[in-house]
Amino acid sequence: MNFKTAFCAASAIALVAGTGAYADGHATTLTIATVNNGDMVRMQGLTEDFTAANPDITLEWVTLEENVLRQRVTQDIAANGGQFDVMTIGTYEVPIWAAQNWLVSLNDLPAEWDADDILPAMRGGLTVDGELYAAPFYGESSMVMYRKDLMEAAGLEMPDAPTWDEIKAAAAAMTDKDAEVYGICLRGKAGWGENMAFLSAMANSYGARWFDEEWTPQFDTDAWKATLTDYLDLMNNYGPPGASTNGFNENLSLFQQGKCGMWIDATVAASFVTNPQDSTVADQVGFALAPDKGLGKRGNWLWAWSLAIPAGSDSVDAAKKFVAWATSKEYTALVAENEGWANVPPGTRISLYENENYTSAAPFADMTLNSINSADPTNPTVDPVPYTGVQFVAIPEFAGIATQVGQEFSAALAGQQTAEEALAKAQALTTDEMEAAGY
Amino acid sequence: MARTVTNQRKFINTVAAWAVGLLIFFPILWTILTSFKTEATAIADPPVFLFFDWTLENYRVVQERSDYMRFLWNSVIIAGGSTFLGILIAVPAAWSMAFVPSARTKDILLWMLSTKMLPAVGVLYPIYLIFIKMGLLDSRVGLTVVLMLINLPIIIWMLYTYFREIPGEILEAARMDGATLREEIIYVLTPMAIPGIASTVLLNIILAWNEAFWTLNLTAAKAAPLTAFIASYSSPEGLFYAKLSAASTMAIAPILILGWFSQKQLVRGLTFGAVK
Repeated sequence: MNFKTAFCAASAIALVAGTGAYADGHATTLTIATVNNGDMVRMQGLTEDFTAANPDITLEWVTLEENVLRQRVTQDIAANGGQFDVMTIGTYEVPIWAAQNWLVSLNDLPAEWDADDILPAMRGGLTVDGELYAAPFYGESSMVMYRKDLMEAAGLEMPDAPTWDEIKAAAAAMTDKDAEVYGICLRGKAGWGENMAFLSAMANSYGARWFDEEWTPQFDTDAWKATLTDYLDLMNNYGPPGASTNGFNENLSLFQQGKCGMWIDATVAASFVTNPQDSTVADQVGFALAPDKGLGKRGNWLWAWSLAIPAGSDSVDAAKKFVAWATSKEYTALVAENEGWANVPPGTRISLYENENYTSAAPFADMTLNSINSADPTNPTVDPVPYTGVQFVAIPEFAGIATQVGQEFSAALAGQQTAEEALAKAQALTTDEMEAAGY
Repeated sequence: MARTVTNQRKFINTVAAWAVGLLIFFPILWTILTSFKTEATAIADPPVFLFFDWTLENYRVVQERSDYMRFLWNSVIIAGGSTFLGILIAVPAAWSMAFVPSARTKDILLWMLSTKMLPAVGVLYPIYLIFIKMGLLDSRVGLTVVLMLINLPIIIWMLYTYFREIPGEILEAARMDGATLREEIIYVLTPMAIPGIASTVLLNIILAWNEAFWTLNLTAAKAAPLTAFIASYSSPEGLFYAKLSAASTMAIAPILILGWFSQKQLVRGLTFGAVK
């Protein structure tokens, strides 16, 4: 091969590599970034309905793992890269990004989209200064999922709204470690969206809070001590081995194999554990509200995967059309027609829970709605706080701080330190980070 | 005198080599087996090894949901293109360092290697901004260039090591016969270094094929290679291990086959110069 041939080959590679940049020159192409959750996958399969009605719009999907997606879209939106026209983001990001003017307001979506039909708790979490910045695609809270057969064998009955003491008694009664049945499975894996989502919500019901009104960290209070001590007692006495590495998927796997008496986690899990194809205990699952301590707050969280339009998008009008379609009542009907009522995206619209077709197809519908309605992101704790968010604090520093705190609590669960040591470290590191951030 | 190897020793060596080989291959084998299970069997405890109802359902779902060929084509272009461009630049560079070294050659080689010690995320933002300015985000050209630059130190180091094993006298003889510099590199040096160049090419194709940081961060829909294809099947809420395994198997299959067929070349190149 001589240099001329090599040069030609290099040019050919550059040409081939460059093709694609010129494709789709006429139609508007919307690039949609999303996570790989069941409801999102279903949406990708049904987009022909949208493109048939909008032949001038082409859709391209970028599906990524949750943490990669979060980093990827944050980076793009902060650098104004304009890679995405629609992005799937959570309740945590919306108020922070809206405050940075990174998102397009959705107040002008068409009247038939019916903003008043959105559940108030969801709408409140996605609205900043009266402007709606994201449309909820599906919403979730957390609740107790339990084994009816094990409760019956233990001679107990699960109330619809249990207390933490009742949960502890039930966990003790159902645990049979020789048969590898553990009374309770909870998240232990470190991360702001993993163990800290559960523990922050649990702490709310114990009267604890992340910060007081002066933004002083509160891990040195009795309420946090009681929260962490009870959590560790529950998990050490009645939880599965190696729980400090268990997240949503690990617990789902344990529950589906009949190894958990109770599991307190996202309401979206209800459809998985009651699916006879995947779950060995599908017909034995009961549901109850997340527990409380009699202080007026329950230990459940609130989350919505929502569709938002970044300010850098050059196809805002087309993107709004898509967002309105994907979060409309008509889309819900389309999913019901193609995949059945049990598979429609839950937790966003009042009308869905008034629909008998849905409530009869989804035995967990009432409990999901009650859980969502009992969470209040604008008033999440017993004592007043300066922040919004139930299982998170809607400030940019939170994800980093809570992940570090989560590591301390996870280490306590693994037996590497005591609850007191973990809380002292959490208090110290949160104080340092908040001071450095200028609070 | 040649050392005699007893049958017993041969047997122990063979068993040990197979054991290590199987141990290394086991995660890949497990991924391939999981891709033929149902989601429920994939998470079964105790795990099921071979005796389960084999199904192609996961492959059908993955085929239906994703445009596999587009991801594959992007991987081929990016891995092949970056390696080819890298070799074009590295052969003359390694020649000059191996045969006409200056007082600073060793420093330059070390400096080049030091760029590999910087965590990639440290330069993510500057490169991202440059890509925005140049309109290279989500383009195969941009990714080909970045991967070429990232692997260039390794390519040059490997070629430099191979070239150093070639006696300089042969090149001198060629020069005395009137060969120009270009002819010397193309007709004398390159044919002698073919095993080394081949193994460098193969190793770099594998590195570029598996590169998951830049390929995930600098692409969206158009230029995304197979690494993005695998990432799209990882789910935070829902157990889709069997489908994820099917996607992984489809992504590694081409490079596994390439490695299988070229293993002789690869081993020959990697041990080139080890025995004098």
